[in-house]
Amino acid sequence: MSQSHRIEGGLIDRTRRLDFRFDGKSYQGHPGDTLASALMANGVRLMGRSFKYHRPRGPLTAGSEEPNALVELRSGARQEPNTRATVAELYDGLDARSQNRIGALSFDLLAVNDLMSPFLAAGFYYKTFMWPKAFWEKLYEPMIRRAAGLGSLSRETDPDLYDKGFLHCDLLVIGGGPAGLAAALTAGRAGADVILADEDFLIGGRLNAETLTLGDTSGAVWAKASAAELASLPNVRLMPRTTVIGAFDHGIHGALERNADHLPSPAAGKPRQTLWRIYAKRSLLCAGATERPIAFRNNDRPGILLGAALRSYANRWAAVPAQEVAIFTNNDDGHRTAADLLAKGVRVAAVIDSRSDAPKTGGYEVLAGAVVTDAAGRLGLKSVTVKLANGETKTIPCQLLAVSGGWNPNVHLTCHQRGRPVWDAALSSFVPGGVLSPGLSVAGAAQGHMSTAACLRSGAEAAVAALSDLGITAHSADLPEAEDAPYRITPLYHVPGKGRAWLDQQNDVTVKDVKLAHQEGYVSVEHLKRYTTLGMATDQGKTANLGGLAVMAEMTGKSIPETGTTIFRPPYTPVPIAAFAGRSSGKDFRPTRLTPSHHWAARQGAVFVEVGMWMRAQWFPRPGETQWRQSVDREVLATRNSVGICDVTTLGKIDVQGSEAAEFLNRIYANAFAKLPVGKVRYGLMLREDGMVMDDGTTARLAEDHFVMTTTTANAVGVYRHMEFCRQCLWPDLDVQIISTTEAWAQYSVAGPNARRLLQKIVDPAHDLSNEAFPYMGCAEITVCGGLRARLFRISFSGELAYEIAVPTRYGDALMQRLVEAGAEFDAVVYGTEALGVMRIEKGHAAGNELNGTTTALNLGMGGMVSKKKDSIGSTLSEREGLKRADALVLVGFRPVNPAESFTAGSHFIAREAEANAANDQGYMTSVCFSPSLGHIIGLGFLKNGAARKGEVLRAVNPVQDVETLVEVVSPHFIDPEGERVRA
Amino acid sequence: MHDLAPLTPLGAASPRTDRIGALVIREVTERALASVTCRRGQDAGFAHAATRLFGITPPAPGRWAESGDWSLIWTGPDQWFAEAPFESHEEIARIVKDGFGPSASITEQTDGWVRFDIEGPTVIELMERLCPLPTRRMETGAATRSIIEHMGCLVICRSAGVRFSLIAPRSFAGSLHHALVAAAHSIA
Amino acid sequence: MLIPHPLLGPRDSQEFTYLGDARLIDRPDGLAEGALDLFHDYLYLRDNPAGLHQELWFHEQGDRSWLVVTRDTRTHEIVGAELASDVARARGRSK
Repeated sequence: MSQSHRIEGGLIDRTRRLDFRFDGKSYQGHPGDTLASALMANGVRLMGRSFKYHRPRGPLTAGSEEPNALVELRSGARQEPNTRATVAELYDGLDARSQNRIGALSFDLLAVNDLMSPFLAAGFYYKTFMWPKAFWEKLYEPMIRRAAGLGSLSRETDPDLYDKGFLHCDLLVIGGGPAGLAAALTAGRAGADVILADEDFLIGGRLNAETLTLGDTSGAVWAKASAAELASLPNVRLMPRTTVIGAFDHGIHGALERNADHLPSPAAGKPRQTLWRIYAKRSLLCAGATERPIAFRNNDRPGILLGAALRSYANRWAAVPAQEVAIFTNNDDGHRTAADLLAKGVRVAAVIDSRSDAPKTGGYEVLAGAVVTDAAGRLGLKSVTVKLANGETKTIPCQLLAVSGGWNPNVHLTCHQRGRPVWDAALSSFVPGGVLSPGLSVAGAAQGHMSTAACLRSGAEAAVAALSDLGITAHSADLPEAEDAPYRITPLYHVPGKGRAWLDQQNDVTVKDVKLAHQEGYVSVEHLKRYTTLGMATDQGKTANLGGLAVMAEMTGKSIPETGTTIFRPPYTPVPIAAFAGRSSGKDFRPTRLTPSHHWAARQGAVFVEVGMWMRAQWFPRPGETQWRQSVDREVLATRNSVGICDVTTLGKIDVQGSEAAEFLNRIYANAFAKLPVGKVRYGLMLREDGMVMDDGTTARLAEDHFVMTTTTANAVGVYRHMEFCRQCLWPDLDVQIISTTEAWAQYSVAGPNARRLLQKIVDPAHDLSNEAFPYMGCAEITVCGGLRARLFRISFSGELAYEIAVPTRYGDALMQRLVEAGAEFDAVVYGTEALGVMRIEKGHAAGNELNGTTTALNLGMGGMVSKKKDSIGSTLSEREGLKRADALVLVGFRPVNPAESFTAGSHFIAREAEANAANDQGYMTSVCFSPSLGHIIGLGFLKNGAARKGEVLRAVNPVQDVETLVEVVSPHFIDPEGERVRA
Repeated sequence: MHDLAPLTPLGAASPRTDRIGALVIREVTERALASVTCRRGQDAGFAHAATRLFGITPPAPGRWAESGDWSLIWTGPDQWFAEAPFESHEEIARIVKDGFGPSASITEQTDGWVRFDIEGPTVIELMERLCPLPTRRMETGAATRSIIEHMGCLVICRSAGVRFSLIAPRSFAGSLHHALVAAAHSIA
Repeated sequence: MLIPHPLLGPRDSQEFTYLGDARLIDRPDGLAEGALDLFHDYLYLRDNPAGLHQELWFHEQGDRSWLVVTRDTRTHEIVGAELASDVARARGRSK
């Protein structure tokens, strides 16, 4: 029995048949169907179970506002929970399952919750599961998670690609119904850059769902023709399947385009979805309106749906899963439903119109002044109970009930900035109000225009006005004649009576729950929402909020606008987290930076470490080395005994030029720079304005007006930013120019007693490298390898005789290989960041662990470097009393009293006999390593009055790891304290 | 003549070209680069030297211009990048410094950057997936630095709607190339 | 957010780094009498207006200009942006 409930007409392609499965059963539909419409065409009304009570549910709507018909779509890694069947576009082979059930959909074991409903009222979880505390994690939470909740995740990696991008336009039209189409045609024909986005796969909005005529054609045909014209305009971008999810600052909008959700799977290399950031000079919200239900007892039975939704199923999808339909309405819309169904040959049992002055024009029974009080049929509607105007009760058999409670303008996006909807009494609903986002205007039903003609007109006029703001002259598009009927409604939000009447079907919130919340003292609507969960989860209460508010107003005796309104936050409909990530997933989460010797190092089998975005070689294992320390110890010893090479390109390099460059450096470094001679390098200490150390490095003077500064790898970006701040904001007329050259030069450290002999094989003979001609802290522009321009600095981080040599980066790989070849006779090693770190600790050089943002020059033992003779950044505040205390922390070295013992960075120093607590804290260890040169662990750390305490024995206490070690305070310069090697 | 062999920013002996659908992504290594910054109070001398050396007035903010061997790209207030053939201008910093004397600060930038030229009828679709700039409306002659996948990137419109150059810090070459290729596949 | 760059037009705020109050331009003279107090006020005392606020933004992924942006802290409306060097000169800063 295939598509037993498919009627004539509709905007589906009957020439093609699509096979799909729901809960393991096979069905057929057509292109143009949604999963919900295809199921309806097959007579399926039951599509899910409710969140809390596991009540059987069918679709309430035909769109993205759907609270009930949530399914798990696809299987395996592509399984997607909580997909609304009402917007899931049908494709061949679609596989969906109902969710939130144990057992069959028609016999859910957890439906027992429904019988327990007296105990599961608002605030139930808050009140019940508070104690005993230990039960929460082990019992209550798993139980609740199993019983309540929606679909499940696959727990596999998402196999799909997600894209993102940026679009710009003069006018963004949000929604492609009559107002949106009229606006886009008006703006498009005027030559403006227009984007028209609509969440549906078929542009036209309700024009595709109604039997209206526009001019001499149907609404659907006019929509199709208009969309075709827009698609043909080069200045218009037509974006179906695209939901504008949020309106952000300054005209920036987020939009999710579903590129491949209507396909079994995306084509290879193609994205499933694209998240667009749209920069719109003006935007026009034409999002239409959402119909709201009327609450009454058992109004959640499968088969009870909104009137406009039923018209969509009947008119657009030719699917009516019933022989008899009843209609419950408080406005004229219900009569439109009756007329449409009659025209389709569907029997209309009755129109139950709560208004006593209900029109009686059609060929169907109208029960004026009557209301529906109950519905029967657990798994599918069988009949409704009606209370007539005269007080009598009548039961009407029907399989579908179409409820029309009036229309709510879709004000969602107007709230994302500062808009606050205002009450419109004629509409009995909220319309956009307050201060809208700059550049945003609203047209059509979203603005409260309830006739087709008014929508067309307001869309065109709003487009003209928006473009006029931009200086673009547009003329309202020629608009076809359309219905212009007045909107007549007598508000009715719920039918009083016994039993449970559902306000929010997704969260199982009833009229009773709202009343209970009120009795318990909840006054604010926002509190009501959080207490009852009304308006939460995937549909965000699009069909529920106003009903909840109305009941609240009734309880408080206030009007609805006095009671308040809930505002909406982005996103308009759910967005997969993967779409926010876009292409930035896995290894592409962020870019990496590679050093000039990276490819060479990779070939040597180097182990890499991430340093910010940089990938740096950490050590270079050799055959037989199974443990990292073997490699690192070897690299350290070989460097100290002969010579080692290390890629130090990642250190920031900043070119500083200008006639007042020296003066500039003098102001940003704490120590003096004005008199640094050309051809010399000086260590520089840079402070923040608060006197803390910002960074350190060396600066070389290549010419009177030309310096090259180095920064630490970590601070390269921050230091450059700081220097630009000083240059532009503090001393704008100082003649100094700065630019980063970090990546222009491949720079290698060559360190060790044989460093000079090795370099002499590389540097062209014209350059004398003797200690006399090129002493410690010298620098020069030289040539290497037969004429390549290079820079040479005699500086040392390791404490050995050392140089740093720089060549244009493209030659860095070749230079590394040349250095290694030339170094073979000295058994030269290439060392990584780990050996670099060991050697700097052995030498007592401060690095990132010590320059941690809380330390001053005094702490680092360099207090004397801060020149008092000049005004440099940080010099004044470094003189604060509190920073100069006699017991200030000072950097010193530590070794274990028993050389076989170990300690860790982060340990705190405590006197031998004192209790290990904060009051007795003497300082803390910052850097620790095994020194292969000394054969035991060494450390650097900050100790109160440390310089005067050499020889003292303390405890290094690490209460986190429960380790204590007796340590002796020593000089931080473990190696060559006199500094003879660097000057050799 | 030295005997060190150069590597391209992507780490090969010769530059790489990818053809993906209608798009061509080409690693460009044949141009030398130097930054040229006008010194304080030297505007007249700077303008004179610029016209004499390059044959053109340095372009306004957000623009680039070319003349003969040279192209000039505005990169910041009082600052431009000068481009010339690497073959003849490997020592571009010295050449430009000789032309400007004390009126400008010159810094060699050739190897600080990787340049990819992207070309094809779908180049705008590619750029829209990468860069927040309104590339669809960028005119030939526009040049501005922006951000692509977290990487600072100079975007140069060589031919409106058809050809762009992207210049990013050299160490990002692999990541930027990956971003370009991945985005190209999604629209190819 | 879009920052209206005075030279380059509206640019996405993701190209920028934020620093804070534009008062940071008014650095005191470290050699002046009472410099310690002046620096204390300069570095640590800030107004927190509900309304227009002048603040420093750095076009880090752009032309590396520091800008003084005037933003309404209540609405995020940006009413102007100037080159910080121009503002600094206008406030009497030079060398």
